[in-house]
Amino acid sequence: MYATSYHRPSSISEAAALLAATDEAKYVSGGMTLIPTMKQRLAAPAALVDLRHVADMKGIHIDGSRVRIGAATPHAEVAASSALRSACPAVTVLAGLIGDPHVRHMGTIGGSIANNDPAADYPALALALGATIVTDRREIAADDFFTGLFETALEPGELVTAITFDLPEKAGYAKFRNPASRYAMTGVFVARRGGSVRVAVTGAGADGVFRQADMEAALAGNWSADALSGIAVPSSGLLSDIHGDSDYRANLVKVMAKRAVLAAG
Amino acid sequence: MAKVTLTVNGRTVSGECEERTLLVHFIREKLGLTGTHVGCDTSQCGACVVHMDGHSVKSCSILAVQASGSTVTTIEGLAGQGELHPVQAAFKEHHGLQCGFCTPGMVMTAVDMINRHGGNLDEATVRAELEGNICRCTGYHNIVKAVLAADAEMSAGRQAAE
Ligand SMILES: Cc1cc2nc3c(=O)[nH]c(=O)nc-3n(C[C@H](O)[C@H](O)[C@H](O)COP(=O)(O)OP(=O)(O)OC[C@H]3O[C@@H](n4cnc5c(N)ncnc54)[C@H](O)[C@@H]3O)c2cc1C
Ligand code: FES
Ligand code: FES
Repeated sequence: MYATSYHRPSSISEAAALLAATDEAKYVSGGMTLIPTMKQRLAAPAALVDLRHVADMKGIHIDGSRVRIGAATPHAEVAASSALRSACPAVTVLAGLIGDPHVRHMGTIGGSIANNDPAADYPALALALGATIVTDRREIAADDFFTGLFETALEPGELVTAITFDLPEKAGYAKFRNPASRYAMTGVFVARRGGSVRVAVTGAGADGVFRQADMEAALAGNWSADALSGIAVPSSGLLSDIHGDSDYRANLVKVMAKRAVLAAG
Repeated sequence: MAKVTLTVNGRTVSGECEERTLLVHFIREKLGLTGTHVGCDTSQCGACVVHMDGHSVKSCSILAVQASGSTVTTIEGLAGQGELHPVQAAFKEHHGLQCGFCTPGMVMTAVDMINRHGGNLDEATVRAELEGNICRCTGYHNIVKAVLAADAEMSAGRQAAE
């Protein structure tokens, strides 16, 4: 690992100011992506601004049908939230499938969303639930946020402070995990609100998380796994790597989508 | 250089280290507690698991400066006066180790798991919870047995105490 310096702010404004004060500074939240990347010398921030002690970025709040999860909330806290489990169990299921217990104790929703790994779980949740990404500067709709592999709409130094969304009537998540890394080889999150259905796919797209319009239309007409049987998922635009080619992933998208609908009930 | 202060196994310790020093190296090299191991450079094996503020974490993927101010328990902090912790005793009894390299991380993981699920562990849960710990020797079977036995014994102990 290359040398770095370390800063520990306790407020959002202090964090943003510390980041702006050093060239090549980076936020570190759970560090479960950034520290391993620094160990491999694939990242070399000159300064780290630690978000774990910013109280305003932590915790889960449910106010009527609106959910707000602070960006520095660890996966384990989301997975164990009994309020979320009764309001929208798909969210706690997804958080509990990330990595392993030790990774979940540190890794955070804000870090996962900001990193936009094409095989990460939370981007699928944010896109399917039509979530809003709240930053220290503005609010960004999930539809506009995830712009490509490890690419987001965030500007340099922009800090994700929370993720908010309206509770869906029904939601489900199904994930085919890579047996070694635990990341999604394909994960599908389905959500229904009124007559509108959103289906978001992670792990499979060559450009990262995406919505599957044919499935959304089919499920809007008939909310059942059977409604997906006739859909041909094109393999163009899907990842092909040592873990599976794009045809294999196209099939996984369909199988996981069906399982997600079954899980949603 | 940064100053790091931790409460490790009940003792408050301070030391200077570089900002880039990993918690596991601080524990092993500054504090001389070599029970915590390093088994990979990909954050996947779990040999380095310690408890930070009561939760299992991979000490190879946290900087010592990030941990500063927290309470850390390592494998050396588990046993009482000359007596093994029930999880350590169960690993011994059920042959939950062979070479022993993964064992400190496995034991710290098991203690965290039992803390969270106390008395409600079943085989499937134990196997899922061991996702972040790799053992090259045992095939996991006896590790799972040991964790279940320790869970049963510790929850019986809790009931007797109530
Ligand atoms: C063994 C292992 C298995 C894993 N398995 C999975 C898995 O199955 N599914 C999955 O989804 N993930 C998985 N992960 C990744 C894990 O979920 C990470 O925690 C997550 O991707 C990043 O969150 P973090 O809080 O650790 O972010 P960090 O590593 O701290 O940061 C990641 C990046 O985001 C930036 N950042 C962090 N927070 C903010 C913020 N609030 N605003 C703006 N930028 C920010 C940082 O500067 C950095 O560039 C795994 C990780 C490991 C080590
Ligand atoms: S040494 Fe920490 S996970 Fe392998
Ligand atoms: S006992 Fe040898 S690695 Fe687990």
